[in-house]
Amino acid sequence: MGLQAYLILAATVFCIGLFGVVTRRNTIGILLGIELMLNAVNINLVAFSHFSGTITGMVFTLFTICITVSEAAIGLALVILLFRVRRTVMADHLDLLKG
Amino acid sequence: MMSDPAILALVALLLPAASFLILAIVAPLRLLGRPAAYTSILFAAGSLAAAIGAWRGHAEQQVTRLAWDWLPSNGVSIATLGILADRDSTLMLILVALVAFLVQLYSVEYLHDEAPAALGRYYTYHSLFAFSMMGVVLAPNLLQLFICWELVGLCSFLLIGFWYQKPEAARAAVKAFWTTKAGDVGLLIGIILLWRVAGTFDIGELRTLVTSGAIPVEGLSLITFCIYLGAVGKSAQFPLHTWLPDAMEGPTPVSALIHAATMVTAGVYLLHRTVFLFPPDVLMVVAWIGAFTALLAAVLACVQDDIKRVLAYSTVSQLGYMMAAIGAGFSSAGFFHLLTHGLFKALLFLGAGAMIHAVHSNDLPRMGGLAKTMPQTAIVFVIGTLSIAGIPLFGGFLSKEEILGATLAGHQTGPFVLLMTVAFLTAFYMFRVVFLAFFAVRATHASPLHVAAGPANHLRQGSGGPPKLQAKPEAGHYDGPPEAGHHDTPHDPPAVMMLPLWVLAVLSLGVGIYSTTLGHFLQFGPGAEGAAEHAAPGWLTPAAVGVAIAGIGLAWLVYQRRTIDAGRLASAFGPIRTAALNKFWIDDIYEGILALALLAFSRIVGWIDRYLVDGVLNVVSAWTVSAGGLLRTVQTGRAQDYVYGVAVGLLILILWMRWALT
Repeated sequence: MGLQAYLILAATVFCIGLFGVVTRRNTIGILLGIELMLNAVNINLVAFSHFSGTITGMVFTLFTICITVSEAAIGLALVILLFRVRRTVMADHLDLLKG
Repeated sequence: MMSDPAILALVALLLPAASFLILAIVAPLRLLGRPAAYTSILFAAGSLAAAIGAWRGHAEQQVTRLAWDWLPSNGVSIATLGILADRDSTLMLILVALVAFLVQLYSVEYLHDEAPAALGRYYTYHSLFAFSMMGVVLAPNLLQLFICWELVGLCSFLLIGFWYQKPEAARAAVKAFWTTKAGDVGLLIGIILLWRVAGTFDIGELRTLVTSGAIPVEGLSLITFCIYLGAVGKSAQFPLHTWLPDAMEGPTPVSALIHAATMVTAGVYLLHRTVFLFPPDVLMVVAWIGAFTALLAAVLACVQDDIKRVLAYSTVSQLGYMMAAIGAGFSSAGFFHLLTHGLFKALLFLGAGAMIHAVHSNDLPRMGGLAKTMPQTAIVFVIGTLSIAGIPLFGGFLSKEEILGATLAGHQTGPFVLLMTVAFLTAFYMFRVVFLAFFAVRATHASPLHVAAGPANHLRQGSGGPPKLQAKPEAGHYDGPPEAGHHDTPHDPPAVMMLPLWVLAVLSLGVGIYSTTLGHFLQFGPGAEGAAEHAAPGWLTPAAVGVAIAGIGLAWLVYQRRTIDAGRLASAFGPIRTAALNKFWIDDIYEGILALALLAFSRIVGWIDRYLVDGVLNVVSAWTVSAGGLLRTVQTGRAQDYVYGVAVGLLILILWMRWALT
């Protein structure tokens, strides 16, 4: 299996994640989609690292995972606070900025 | 070289300028009043002496001039400043200096009630006026003439508005300024156009160019008409004559100097100086407008009750006479009448001033019987009146006859007939003044012919007329010094005021006797112009004198003997009289036209503002609003839509990079 297969896999996961982000009404579902997209990027980085023989991609992936974790933690915290205030987590109800 | 007439003329010109500068700069002197007056009079006397010297020192037809470069350009000066002393300019110089001197002398007493500061201001203006007027007279080129011309207009404005506390005076000053300015614009345009054609402002050079045929006169119609417009404004010719009667709001000596003897004749003088430029068609216009102005003003003078207004209209009328002579091609006749008119009209105005001073009113019906109480004034006033009526041996006789002869010789039959009518009317209205003011019993009933347009009901203590209502103070229109106090019986003015009157009377008489007995005074008249002797028909003199005597006779019958009832005479001329009382509605027409023009202009401006300026702004703002509304719909507020946006944008970016950059 060459690099291309990994890249196709990553693109597929990315598109699934994107699909989730744009179609889910639930905020938690959107966060899940974002996780998928980030992990698609991680697959890419690891694949590049593996096929180029350097560790730069691995290091990047480590950082990405850290950031993903903190992002998920902050995102979930926001969702919980949001639910306390608005009694809903549906994204299309959260349109306070609409003029 | 002190005998050089040009140098003496320069001295005469600069003395009033020095007086003006002293009075203007040394404020303490000006604020003292009387000393300022004496300073100004002293300089005016010196100026008069220099002017007489310039005239005597200059031989017949000899022209002396001084010139300094001004506005040099590439070694050639575009314009020069200088002095041109010839027969005409020195004679006019004497007239200006003489009348200015006499009027300043007269004013000391006439304005004795003025505050010192106001008196100082008055004499400051007077000095400036004398300087500017002499500048007009002596100017060798049109540019210098124009500058002095405007200065003269400024002085006229300042002196008409001397009692600026009175709203009528302030309004009259502004009106005079703007009306003459309308003509001055024409003059300036004419001078500039002439410079483009001829390349010079100098009158002497222009004359050489025209006589040598370098510039055909026929092509100068527009230019000379523009120059004539300036004269129309200054000399109060028909369409622009309305300012002169209103200018009578100024002090009477000012009217005598500026609005009778000198400034208003500047237009005639200008035309006399530049007449060689005028093609026949423009001269025809000048003659007709002059004659028409003369008739119009004479008719208006017949119905005025304010003595100064009668004299003002009479001035307009006589200026029309001079213009008609110039238009007929005999400008020397017009200039001759200018000189004699300057003498006798100043005399009449100063005489009227003495009467106004005595009875504290401008209104003829409030005078009456003054011959007994003011005998000297009566004598000099009658001399002036006989002069203006054109009676032989008196000042205006020969000059008036010259003009009538000139119009005949110039084949201007129409203007000639008009001017003969005017001669009759002149004698009539001037003797109406004489009889009403000096001989008639003071009118107790207001007979229609001498009740002016306004409510001229005058309650004078002791005159037991039927007291009419609404006899407001302004009905008895009084142009004298506002705070003049004492109301004793009228009497001749003090010697300081009488002296100028006698000098002018003797000069009027002297010029008249001299010219009548010796024929052409100083070779004036058409013969002096090199043209063939115009050989006035033998019937002209008897006819002119007869017409004048007929006018006097009618005035005598109506106002002295009262054999012809003034009311009946008035009703016989009903429509004309009504029109004349309303000044032929000319002022109203101007007001109407101005109001209409302003209104139309404002409408146009308003329309442009409302529909063009505002329209553009409204369209732009409407576009902005609708564009914003359109863009608003993009902002749904749903996070997913923005993600769509980002995704689509990214996709587009990738595709663009793929195809555009490879």
